[in-house]
Amino acid sequence: MQNNVNITNFRQDFAIIANWVKFGSKVLDLGCGDGELLQYLRGSLEIKGYGVEKDDANVLACIRNGSNVIQMDLEDGLSGFEDQSFNTVILSQTLQAMHHTEAIVLDMLRVGQEVIVTFPNFGYWRNRIQITLGQMPVSKTLPYQWFDTPNVHLCTIHDFDTFCKNHNIDILERKVITDGKEINFIPNLLGCLAMYRLKAK
Amino acid sequence: MSENNSVGIVAPQTAHFSEPLTLKSGQVLPQYDLVYETYGTLNADKSNAVLICHALSGNHHVAGKHSENDKYPGWWDNLIGPGKPLDTDKFFVIGLNNLGGCHGSSGPASINPANGRQWGSTFPILTVEDWVTSQARLLDRLGITQLAAVIGGSLGGMQALQWTIAYADRVRHALIIASAPNLTAQNMAFNEVARQAIITDPEFHGGDYYEHGVVPRRGLRIARMLGHITYLSDDVMGEKFGRKVKDTIKYSFDVEFEMESYLRYQGDKFAGTFDANTYLRMTRALDYYDPALAFNGDLSKALAKAKAQFLVLSFTSDWRFSPARSREIVKALLDNESTVSYAEVTAAHGHDAFLMPDKHYHAILRSYLSNIQIGSDHAE
Repeated sequence: MQNNVNITNFRQDFAIIANWVKFGSKVLDLGCGDGELLQYLRGSLEIKGYGVEKDDANVLACIRNGSNVIQMDLEDGLSGFEDQSFNTVILSQTLQAMHHTEAIVLDMLRVGQEVIVTFPNFGYWRNRIQITLGQMPVSKTLPYQWFDTPNVHLCTIHDFDTFCKNHNIDILERKVITDGKEINFIPNLLGCLAMYRLKAK
Repeated sequence: MSENNSVGIVAPQTAHFSEPLTLKSGQVLPQYDLVYETYGTLNADKSNAVLICHALSGNHHVAGKHSENDKYPGWWDNLIGPGKPLDTDKFFVIGLNNLGGCHGSSGPASINPANGRQWGSTFPILTVEDWVTSQARLLDRLGITQLAAVIGGSLGGMQALQWTIAYADRVRHALIIASAPNLTAQNMAFNEVARQAIITDPEFHGGDYYEHGVVPRRGLRIARMLGHITYLSDDVMGEKFGRKVKDTIKYSFDVEFEMESYLRYQGDKFAGTFDANTYLRMTRALDYYDPALAFNGDLSKALAKAKAQFLVLSFTSDWRFSPARSREIVKALLDNESTVSYAEVTAAHGHDAFLMPDKHYHAILRSYLSNIQIGSDHAE
């Protein structure tokens, strides 16, 4: 639980996500946690938002702060949601913890007209150094020890680009950030957090 | 704890309605009584009313006690009272006994004013829709134009759902707990077995047993035993009784296992207090409810008119009204872009979990209900 707090406090991606979400649109936030992003988007963009969350405490927190939340396990897919029924479907810093990574991304593209995926870039130089030194990376975006991490499918920006290409996914926009700053120069090395705006081709 | 924040001693009231009620079946109930209880105080602009809809064997007595010596409080006392999730310092809570019931509202055992005899078999079969209509009339009588919330579990959840369809403007929030948009074939099969147990009891007399001075006790007892099994989970029964033997095995059909003793006790207790004709009608109302029927089975279309904000709750071990059935409601609400939250509460108690004071379950209700605005703030 301690680690969740770290993740929540590190949400430099919110502002960029808000830039990618249209005013008054309908948003599905997968793995919405305590509904913080939904609250942010509701306040700034008057979106109609729903969160999906598995954890009891987070569901309760969402209900407490007035966020619409649907309790379910993302690993079971998004069968309760109609094709193209949301303007934007968001998976923020959860992709790496999914078992059915491929399935969820494809299901998101089915449900959403646009999809936002963000994840910690495993190719970030600090991660690479730690690997070179012979240990699993622990950082702000990857705040877990190897034995207690929920992350099962870590990837690099390069990996995700390839994934999109192979799955016929249109990358509408990609932003890479480190400590809140956008990184344009060799992003796979210097970027800490990867953010993608996607669409089915 | 519950003693300190009880609504205290309460007394039921009776509202008599002389204007006829045309039922979904086409039959007309010329006049009727509704028995109800209220807890808390209706505020000045009448914006804090919450209606509790009861399940199959429930009634109007939702909270508090009828006397100091009352052994049991109302059936949802763990939820309703000052400082409880349904806080009576904030809300004006109404519980009523549905028409066809056997706790004071007009039902089969009541006197038919047309002939001065008990209705018996001639009391009409009511539907969820009819109940909601009669409930709306009670609210008219109380001067309440809009409910802050309507809440129900199981069959009560169906009524809450129906409220949002039939009186979309009169409901701000609907809490639908351990319920379903209609019964599955398996559910209906259980109901049919329960009814056949009653109807084939030699003392049923076609439903006019009152005139014969008898009650179909055996049938009602079996019906309740069957029902009881379906309300619990296998885990709870296993934990509670397992295969524990009552005494020593006698190789007989007497009570050999503790579970049998429990079921017989529950069946006997129920058969001594509940009316068989009411049980038949309540299970029938469950069977008939299907708001999607008029829309070719499309629940989303059935709920398109609903304006309420929803909280849908289910319990993981509930196999009579499984989480999947609640998710059907959630899906239809999502299709309509309704405001809805859904929580699937991990609970061992099966269908009956909705009556239990589970900590997480009550925390969800408390959080949701505390966000409901009343008074001058409620213009949402």
